[in-house]
Amino acid sequence: MSAFFAMGGYAGYVWSSYGLAAAILIWNIWSALAAHQVARAAAQRALARSASTGPSAS
Amino acid sequence: MGTWTWFHKLSSPPHCYRIAGQLIPWFAIPAALLIVAGIYGGLVRAPADYQQGDAFRIIYVHAPAAWLSLMCYTVMAVAAAVGLVWRIKLAHALAAATAPIGASFALLCLATGSIWGKPMWGTWWTWDARLTSQLILLFLYLGYQALRSAYDDIGKADRASAVLAIVGVVNVPIIHFSVNWWNSLHQGSTVLRRGGPAMPASMLVPLILCFFGFTFLYAALACVRVRAEVLRRERNAHWLQDLAGRRGRTESAT
Repeated sequence: MSAFFAMGGYAGYVWSSYGLAAAILIWNIWSALAAHQVARAAAQRALARSASTGPSAS
Repeated sequence: MGTWTWFHKLSSPPHCYRIAGQLIPWFAIPAALLIVAGIYGGLVRAPADYQQGDAFRIIYVHAPAAWLSLMCYTVMAVAAAVGLVWRIKLAHALAAATAPIGASFALLCLATGSIWGKPMWGTWWTWDARLTSQLILLFLYLGYQALRSAYDDIGKADRASAVLAIVGVVNVPIIHFSVNWWNSLHQGSTVLRRGGPAMPASMLVPLILCFFGFTFLYAALACVRVRAEVLRRERNAHWLQDLAGRRGRTESAT
């Protein structure tokens, strides 16, 4: 098991690469979901505004 | 005729929003399974390389990241061109949704390549054709994003950034063929080469799983981001009312 983590002497290179890959994957999932949440909240605010000022042209 | 009806339905914002939402699990679940299987195969099952030892295992994240960074740019440029020529908002939405994903994988490709280069070439960075053209790809993504954010009007942002995306696409074949055209420090293609892949199956299969896993992940992420872009472009449309009515009532009370 320790041989596996040692990666034949390349542990620092291999594990930092996989760590970065994990970070990029997690960032992608988080930021995509966050972008959807932000857009949804903005759309709801815009709807609430147009509802309070009466129906718009659209 | 049936195809056209379907196409028209898809390109209407509410249908696109709904279909993209329904597609997410169909892409996300295979992505998770393929990536886990590919990484397990690459780290545990594949034997060490006879020249590079265990350092070669970086390929399982580096090469799929490189592939996605190029695929995303191509998708972005084609979608931007379609949006520009036929004035299809949904195509612009797809281009805008793809850019941040592609940028992140271009960055991952450069970072893991640099980490791999240190033990193999003895340097973190060199102004080599492959490395330089890949760095330009990252700058194209960042320029695209910066240009978009410079406009308040989303329609103007779509059109201006589309031109940049289309012009920059010449860099994609340059990156791909750079290892053949110039005398490069970077190794040649491992999988898509004349005479078949230069790897035994135990090394190749995990790599292919990672390629497909990353591609499915892109599809899932693009679905989520396209939904966000559709919402941003259709703020006052009536169909949003149904959406808000279904899920927003409790939230808006707070």
